[in-house]
Amino acid sequence: MTASQPILSIKGLQTRFVTRYGLVTAVDGVSLDVMPGECVGIVGESGSGKSVTFASVMGLVKSPGSIDGGSITFEGRELVGMSDRDYRTMRGKEIAMTMQDALTALNPALTIGYQIMEVLIAHDSDLTGNRSARKKEARKRAIDMMELVGIPSPATRLDEYPHQFSGGMRQRMMIAIALACRPKLLIADEPTTALDVTIQAQVLELIAEIRQKLGMSVVLITHDLGVVAEYCDRVAVMYAGQIIETGPTKSVIGQSAHPYTQGLLRSIPNLAHLDKKIRPIEGQVPELIDLPPGCRFIGRCEKRHEGCTDPIHMRDIDELHRVRCIWTGDFSND
Amino acid sequence: MSDIAATISAQDGSPLRRNLNLFMSSRLSTLSAVFVLLFVLMAIFAPWIAPHDPNETDLFRRLQPPAWIEGGEFAFLFGCDGLGRDILSRIIYGARISIFIGFTVIVVATGIGIIAGLASGYLRGWVDITISRLVDILLGFPYLIFAIALIAMIGPGLQNIILALVYKEWVVPCRVVRGETLAAREVEYVEAARALGGSSRHIMLREILPNILSPVIVVSTIRMAHVIILEASLSFLGLGVQPPTASWGSMVSDGRAFMLEAWWVSTFPGLAILLLVLAINVASQGLRDAFDPKFHD
Amino acid sequence: MNFGKLIERLAQLIPVLLGVTVIVFFMMALTPGDPVQIMIGDQPISAEQEAELRHDMGLDLPPVERFVKFLGNAVTGNFGLSFFHRRPVIDVIVERLPATIELSLVSLLLALLTSIPLGVLAAVKKNTIFDRLATVGSLFGVSLPGFWFGILLLMLFAVHLHILPVSGRIGYAYEVDAVTHLLLIDSLIAGRLDTFGNALSHLILPALTLGLPMAAILMRVTRTSMLEVLSQDYITFAEAKGINRTGILIRHALKNALIPTVTVAALETGSLLGGNMIVETVFGWPGLGRLVVESIFVRNYPLVQAAVLFYAVTYVFLNFFADILYTVLNPRVKL
Repeated sequence: MTASQPILSIKGLQTRFVTRYGLVTAVDGVSLDVMPGECVGIVGESGSGKSVTFASVMGLVKSPGSIDGGSITFEGRELVGMSDRDYRTMRGKEIAMTMQDALTALNPALTIGYQIMEVLIAHDSDLTGNRSARKKEARKRAIDMMELVGIPSPATRLDEYPHQFSGGMRQRMMIAIALACRPKLLIADEPTTALDVTIQAQVLELIAEIRQKLGMSVVLITHDLGVVAEYCDRVAVMYAGQIIETGPTKSVIGQSAHPYTQGLLRSIPNLAHLDKKIRPIEGQVPELIDLPPGCRFIGRCEKRHEGCTDPIHMRDIDELHRVRCIWTGDFSND
Repeated sequence: MSDIAATISAQDGSPLRRNLNLFMSSRLSTLSAVFVLLFVLMAIFAPWIAPHDPNETDLFRRLQPPAWIEGGEFAFLFGCDGLGRDILSRIIYGARISIFIGFTVIVVATGIGIIAGLASGYLRGWVDITISRLVDILLGFPYLIFAIALIAMIGPGLQNIILALVYKEWVVPCRVVRGETLAAREVEYVEAARALGGSSRHIMLREILPNILSPVIVVSTIRMAHVIILEASLSFLGLGVQPPTASWGSMVSDGRAFMLEAWWVSTFPGLAILLLVLAINVASQGLRDAFDPKFHD
Repeated sequence: MNFGKLIERLAQLIPVLLGVTVIVFFMMALTPGDPVQIMIGDQPISAEQEAELRHDMGLDLPPVERFVKFLGNAVTGNFGLSFFHRRPVIDVIVERLPATIELSLVSLLLALLTSIPLGVLAAVKKNTIFDRLATVGSLFGVSLPGFWFGILLLMLFAVHLHILPVSGRIGYAYEVDAVTHLLLIDSLIAGRLDTFGNALSHLILPALTLGLPMAAILMRVTRTSMLEVLSQDYITFAEAKGINRTGILIRHALKNALIPTVTVAALETGSLLGGNMIVETVFGWPGLGRLVVESIFVRNYPLVQAAVLFYAVTYVFLNFFADILYTVLNPRVKL
C-alpha cells in the first residue's frame, strides 16, 4: 500500500466554530491518508469531530465554522481554499458522500429519479447529445444505478418520491445517488445508524460489494468498532477533535494502545473480549472550548498519572500503528 | 425584532459582538415594553397630561397647523382639526379608547378562551365537539366583516364594539389552550394527579393551566395589537365609539376631508396607532423569545 | 389525493356552512326594533309596500320557518330586494363584485411578487443589512393601519404630487366593452392600452394599501420556511452532490419552502376580503366592500346580510382551498 500515492491526504487539519460561548475547535490537528481502493474506518463518539473532519474534506463547513489550518489534498490537488466552482465539479463526481439518515438527506419534494439524474446531469462530461438525449441517457443510467443497489423494478420506481420507499430502500437510493458518477472516494457518514439491525448488514455489504466493483476508496464514519473490524483495512479512532489511535484494523483492535480504544472495545459485546464484562466508558466527552493542554481523555482515563497534563504527541508503536498516549504498559492484563 | 437576535447567535462575528447584539435586541423589546407602558400611563392620566379639553371647539383655530409650521403655536403642538380642537389632546384621550378596548377585549376573550379550551381539551367528548364546531364556524368569518356586520346590527358604542370583537376573539386563545391541554393531558404530572384521584376541575386549573399559561400570554399580547387595529378600523368606518369622543380611527377618518389643506389632521392619530401597535408587536416578540425558545420564527 | 377524499373533505364543509348561515341569520334577528320600520326610515311608502317588504323579508313567519326560507333563498341566490336600490340584492352584489375581485387579485399578485423574492433573499442573506431591513420592514407592514396608510399614499401621490388619481376605478373618459368585467383584462382584449393604463393608475394605490400587510406576512413566512429548509440535510446532500447554487436554491429549497407561503397566501386572501371594506372606502373603489359599508349606514339590511354570507362562504372555501393546496404541494402529506 505504501507503494502508491494516497488518494486523500489530510495534514494538520483544524476546523473551528464560533459559538455564543466561545471558539470551538471541533477538529484539532487531524492528519490522515486514504490510499486508492482502501477502506478506512473513522471511529468516535458524537462530538469527536469525525463528521466535521469529512465535512471539511467535502468543503461543506459553513459559517460560523471555518477551516483555520492544515491542508487537504485529493489526488495531489489542494482542497482548502479551493473555489466554490472547482469544488462543485469535484463533489459528487470524484468524492461522494452519503449521510446518516436517508429520510432527511433525500429531498421530499423531488422524485428519486430526479435526484439521481440531477447529479448525472450536473457532471455531464460523459453524457452526449442534446438536452433531451442527455436526459434520456441520464434516466437510463439512473435505472442502472438503482438496479446496482438492488431496488426492484427500478424503471417504475424512478418516478416515486422518497417517502414511498422503505428505510432500507431509501438508504440504498442515497448510495445510488452518491455513486452515480462512479466517484474515486466515498465518504459514508454513519451509513447504518438510522437503520434496523437486519438492514444494517445488507447496506454495509452493498457498500463493500460496490467498492470492489468500482475499485473506489471508502471512508466509513461510525461509532461502531464492530463494523470497522468487519469492513475496514485501517482505522482511526477520534476523541475530542483529535486522532488518538490509528493503524491497521487488526493491530488497533488486537493490540489497542489507547485506554479510550480499550474502553470502546469493552463497551461492545462481541469481538476479542468475549470473556470480559461489557463496560461502558464512564463520563462524557469534554467541552471543546478552552481545553487543557494535556490529554483530553484524562477525565475519564483509568491509567492517568502526572505526565498526562503535559501536551501529548502521537508516537509510533510500529511502522503503521500510532497512538496519542504516554502509557506503555500492557493493557491486556487489565 | 428579537428573532434577529436569535439568528445572530448562530452566526459569524466575534462572540463579544454577538452578545452585544443579543443584548441590544432584548433591550429593544424592553424599550418597546416601556413605550407601551408610557402609552398606558398617558391613557390613564389623560386629564392631567392633555394640554387642552379634547372636545373644546374653537373655530378661530380651525385647521391650525402644527407648532413648527408657520401659523402654528407651541400650545397646540400637533395643530388643530376641522372644529379647532387640539389634536394632541385628542390623541392623548384617544389612547384611552384604543387601550381600554384592546385590553378589555383580550382579557375577556382570553378568559373565555381558557375556560372553553381547557374544557374542550381535557373533558373531550361532546363538550369538545360542541366547542370545536363553534370555533370552526366562527373561523368561517373574516374577522373584520364579522365585527362590522355585528355592529351594523346591534349599533355602535363602546360596549357593543367590545362585544363584537370578543365574539370572535375568544376563538384564538381557545385553540391555543385546547392544543396545549391535549398535549399536557398525556404528561406524567397530569396522569399522576389523575391517578391520585384529583377532580377534573382541580387538574384543569391547578395542574394544567399554570403550565400552559406562557403560550397563552404570548399569543394574547400579539392579538392585542391586532384588536387595537381592528377597533381603529371600525372607528374609521364610523362604527366605533361615537363622536365627540376622541378615538384614533375616527380622527384619521375626520382628516380625510382636509387632505388638501391640513395633512396633520389624519397623520398624527394614525402615527399614534402605528407606534403603539409596533411597540406591542416588538415587545411581544421579546416576550415570546424569553418565554420559549421554540417559538422562534 | 384522490377524488373520494376530496368529496369527503367537501362534505365536512357542510356543517360549517350551515352554522355560518345560522349566525348570519341571527345577526339580523339581533337588530333592535322593527327592521322594516328601520329600513323604511322616513321614505314615503304605502301600507301595501310595507306589507310586501315585511313578507319579502319573511318577517311575517315564525323564526324556524323564517330560517328555512332564508336558507332556501340563500341557496338559490334570492336575497330579496335591495330597498335602497329598488333592485334584487343579488343583482347589486354581482354588479359590484368584479371591482372587488380585480382589486383583490392585483393586491394578491403584488404581495406574492414582492414577498417571495424578498423573503428568499432575506433568508439567503441572513443577518446582513438587507435581512434586517426586510425584517424591520415586515414588522412595520403588519403594524400599519391600512386605512391610514391609504390616506397617506393618497395625500402624497394624488393630492400633492398629482401623479395618480384620487378615487374611483377608471376615468370618465374611458369606456371598454365588458367581457370579464375586469378592466385590466377587458382593456387588453379591446386593445386599448390607454384604458389599461388609466385603470392601472387607479389600481396602484388601493392595491398597494391592500397588499402591503399581506406582503409583510408572506415575506416573514417565506424567510422563515426558507431558513428552515436551507438547514435541512437534503440541502447539504445536494451540495455534496455538486449541484450548483441556483439549482439548489430553486429546485431543492424553493419547492419545499414555498409550501407554507402558498398555504398562508390562500388563507390571507380571505383576510383581503375584510381589508377590502377599508381600502374601498378610502379610495372610493366601487366594489362590494364599499357597498356593504354604505348599506350599513342606509340600513339596507338584506344587502348587508347577503354580503356577509357571501364573504363568509367565500372565506370558508378559500380556507378549504388552502388546505387542499397544502396537500397537493406536499407529497409527504396523505389526506
